[in-house]
Parts: sequence; structure tokens; C-alpha cells
Amino acid sequence: MTALAAPPEATPEAPGPPPPRRRLTPYWLLLPAALWLLVFFAAPLVYQASTSVQSGSFEEGFEVTWRWANYTEALDTYAEHFARSFGYAAAATVLCLAIGYPLAYMIAFRAGRWRGVLLVLVIAPFFTSFLIRTLAWKTILSDNGPLVGALDTLHVLDVTATLGLTTDDRLLATPLAVVCGLTYNFLPFMILPLYTSLERVDPGLHEAAQDLYARPLTVFRRVTLPLSMPGVVAGTLLTFIPASGDYINAQLLGSPKEQMVGNAIQKQFLNVLDYPTAAAMSFLLMAAILIMVTVYIRRAGTEELV
Amino acid sequence: MRWLRRHLVVIAGTLALVYLLLPNVVVLVFSFNDPAGRYNYTWQSFSTDAWSDPCGVAGMCDSVGLSLRIALTATVAATVIGTLAAFALARHRFRGRAAGNSLIFLPMAMPEVVMAASLGTLFLNMRIEFGVTTILIAHIMFCLSFVVVAVKARVASMDPKLEEAARDLYAGPLQTFLRVTLPLAAPGIAAGAMLSFAISLDDFIITQFNAGPSTVTFPMYVWGASQRGIPVQVNVIGTAMFVAALALVVAGQVVGARRRSRA
Repeated sequence: MTALAAPPEATPEAPGPPPPRRRLTPYWLLLPAALWLLVFFAAPLVYQASTSVQSGSFEEGFEVTWRWANYTEALDTYAEHFARSFGYAAAATVLCLAIGYPLAYMIAFRAGRWRGVLLVLVIAPFFTSFLIRTLAWKTILSDNGPLVGALDTLHVLDVTATLGLTTDDRLLATPLAVVCGLTYNFLPFMILPLYTSLERVDPGLHEAAQDLYARPLTVFRRVTLPLSMPGVVAGTLLTFIPASGDYINAQLLGSPKEQMVGNAIQKQFLNVLDYPTAAAMSFLLMAAILIMVTVYIRRAGTEELV
Repeated sequence: MRWLRRHLVVIAGTLALVYLLLPNVVVLVFSFNDPAGRYNYTWQSFSTDAWSDPCGVAGMCDSVGLSLRIALTATVAATVIGTLAAFALARHRFRGRAAGNSLIFLPMAMPEVVMAASLGTLFLNMRIEFGVTTILIAHIMFCLSFVVVAVKARVASMDPKLEEAARDLYAGPLQTFLRVTLPLAAPGIAAGAMLSFAISLDDFIITQFNAGPSTVTFPMYVWGASQRGIPVQVNVIGTAMFVAALALVVAGQVVGARRRSRA
């Protein structure tokens, strides 16, 4: 609007409003992507909302009858699945943070000229299909494998069993295996944003804090950690959201007792062919995640995610 | 004790790296296994059979081919559409820009299974037959956001003065775009394209919900195999993909370093 008030003898450095054709340029540029996402991302979500209140069967067809019972029934039947999904995802997110932070810190401050190599090594697992890598965990955690043997002789499995994380001296087909798989699969999504925010921290600030007689732990708590908060927030979101909707780890590494919401949605959609229930469940999952993410971002106070 | 405390971060970081890379090592080692049953989970004896006959199992190499074709097509489409959108969002201030940004961001903040089920429901009700087309539509949809984010970051960091300089030197709009803007944005476009190729190639959840019975991509093949018996060749493909991609990355870094040292 200020441009309109510019004097008519404006110099080339301060051009007037762009001609109408140029003002339309951004819309033309955005049009294909926006259309694609509206038709194949947004519209299906709206459509799914209407499917979730339909009734009928696959043979006779489905009709919108405003059957809200789809939601209550889904919640009744699959309450444990929802609880497990968010529980496992939260556990995996905390573990990712605990495992990923030291690695991101090491790459950012201690790696020197090995920084590039280490970053490639963090991304490298992506180059093998994640299904194959998840299946490899079946080998690592297998009942007569070296890991189970070692943990058994150290009596670690007794401890985890009393905590309810494992059963029968096994690792496979236990909650621990599913959480371990989720943590593994989403760890790079935690490390990369952490690294990006840590890399921007000026090492001079560490020295300054040390010069002011701050102990190493204090330097970390008062300087490094606060400055890396955007990375922590982005990393936890990038881990928690996909982990809570995942069904591959629960399917491959868990038993039927570790099934998550994703497994239930997949079964209803692909095997039972009960689309209204599948729609109601995925709508509940989406709503729950949106609420949690909104609350979390408010609490964490970071809005520079996009 | 002091030594331990000083190197605690490096020790923890190295352990994390081991955790990340251990499955890749297992995949490599077990590609030389000679399994006793249908499953390749326990070590029996050394064999190079799978490596000498990687396509020896029915349907697997076809599924790899299909995955590569889908990933390539989806990448080209998503890169073109996404780059246009990224320029609009990074270079222009216009009404609806915030809405556009949210629309691009939302698919990345959505659990895959939700997008998969909703898109699948739409196709079912529109009576669109599931097949390569529906997979492509889905892959382009979720690759778009990643391309836009990668290109936008690059375009936002580009100095507009360089393009002004080109215009001052009497370059036309097309010439400026082709000779200055595009080369400057190229690293971002390449990053976006590589990202979407990798994501599309490895996608399972959305593909499973939107594939037809005869469209078996490689991840779909592995999923099916995990239920009825996994041939060793799966590990061969996994290892080969790993080595090929790693070689590409290393080559890219070497070229990049050489270019930087020349400049």
C-alpha cells in the first residue's frame, strides 16, 4: 500500500506496484502444487470425515447415516491400541533424544574434519529399505542370538521382565523390541534437526561461559541446551508423529499383544474392509496428534518450525 | 575416570552410531548366508549363491524395476511442481501465502497411515482402479512438500542482487532465469529431487493402501516375503542399494569439494 503513495517520479530502485500480470505470477506458480495437495491431500481428509459416519457393508455399499457410534465403538474396541501407540511413540521419542543428542553434539563440536563423514553415516541407513533393516532387527534380537544370551547371563532380562517390558527371556515379540525398532527407525529424524541447531551455536559461547567459571554441566544446561531447543522441538515432532502412526515395527518385531492403532487401521482397511471404522480411527489419531502437537508447541514456545 | 568424563560425549555418540549402522552390517553379512529354511534370520554357512544370482527369485527384480520407475516419475513431477511453488512462496508476497505454506507443511506433520487411509477411501469411492497411477498420485503428493522445503530454503538464501546485476547487464528475463537463477537454485532443487526419490523408493505405508493386486513395489515385495519366507536375494538388493547410494554421495562430496577448492 505504501508503494501506491510513492511519488510519480519514483526511481528504478523503488518501483511502483507491479503490473497486474506480474501480480498474478505467484498464483500461477503455486497453482499446480496447491491443486495437487487440495485434491489428493485435503479433499481425502474431508472425505474421510464423511466416511467415518457412514454405515453399511462392503457388499451392499456404504451410506452416510451420521453413525457416530463408529467413533465410540472404535474407541471401545481399540482403546488399548491408542494407548500403546502414544506410549510407545513417547518412549521412542525420549530414547531418540537421549541417544541422538550426544551424537548430534559430537558431530557439531567434536568431529573436526570428520563432520561430513559422520553426517553421511547418519543418513546412510536410509539407503537400504527400512523394511529390510527392520527385519535385520529380528536377527539381532532373535531368541538364540548373542544379544539375548548376553542379556540373559547378565540377568538384564529378569529386570526388564519384572518391569513388564519383556516376557519369557525373550526380546522379540515384546514391547521392548517394538520401542527399540521405533527408536531405531526414527533416530535420524531426531539427529538431523538437533545437529542443525547445534551447529549454529557459537563455540565461543562455551569458552565465555567457562571463563566465567561455569562448570561443564552448567555450560550445557544454561547455554547449549537452551540454544538447541528449536532442534529438540523439531526433532521430537519429527519422531513422535510418524512413530505414533507406525504399524510396521509392531507387526514385524511385536506380537499381537503389541499392536498399535496403525495395525488396527490397516487391518480394518485392507482385510476387514470396514472403511467407516478405519476412517473413524484415523480421524481420531489425526485429531489426537494435532491437539498434542499444538499443546506441545505452545509449551515449548517455538514457532519457527516452517 | 577423568578420561571417561572428558570423552563421555564421544563414547555415547559412537555407541549411537553403532546402533544406527548395526542393521546395515547384519543385512550385508546375511547376504552371504546359506539359510536352512525359508527365513534368513540365523547364520548357517557362508555362500555367494545369492550374489551370483540376484534375480533368481520370482518377481523380486520386477518389483525393484517397478519401484525405480515409480520413484523416477514421481520425483520428476514433484520436483517440477514443487520448484515452481517454492519460487512463489520464497520470492513473492501475496494474499494466501500463509495458507499456501500451511498446505505444504501439513502433509509432513500427518502420520502416514492417516494420509494413506484417506486417499485410499477417496479412490475407492470414486471407483478409481488401484494401480501404478494411484501409487504415483500418492507419491507425488507426499514428495511435493519435501521438494518445496528444500528449494525454498535455497531460494531464500540466494542474493537477489545477482539477478539484478544480470538484468543491469541487459540479460532478458528468460536469460536471467536460465543463466543466473536456475544455476543458483540448482543445489536446492537437486537436494529436493534426491530426497523425494529416496522417500518414494522406500515408501511402504501409503503404497500398501493405494496399490493394486498386481502392482508390487520392492517394499511391498519385502513385506510379503516377511510373511512367507525371505530369500537371501532381498539382502543382496538391500546391500547393493546401500553401496550404490553411498558411492553416489561420496562422489558428490568429492566433486563438491573440488569445485569449492577451484572457486
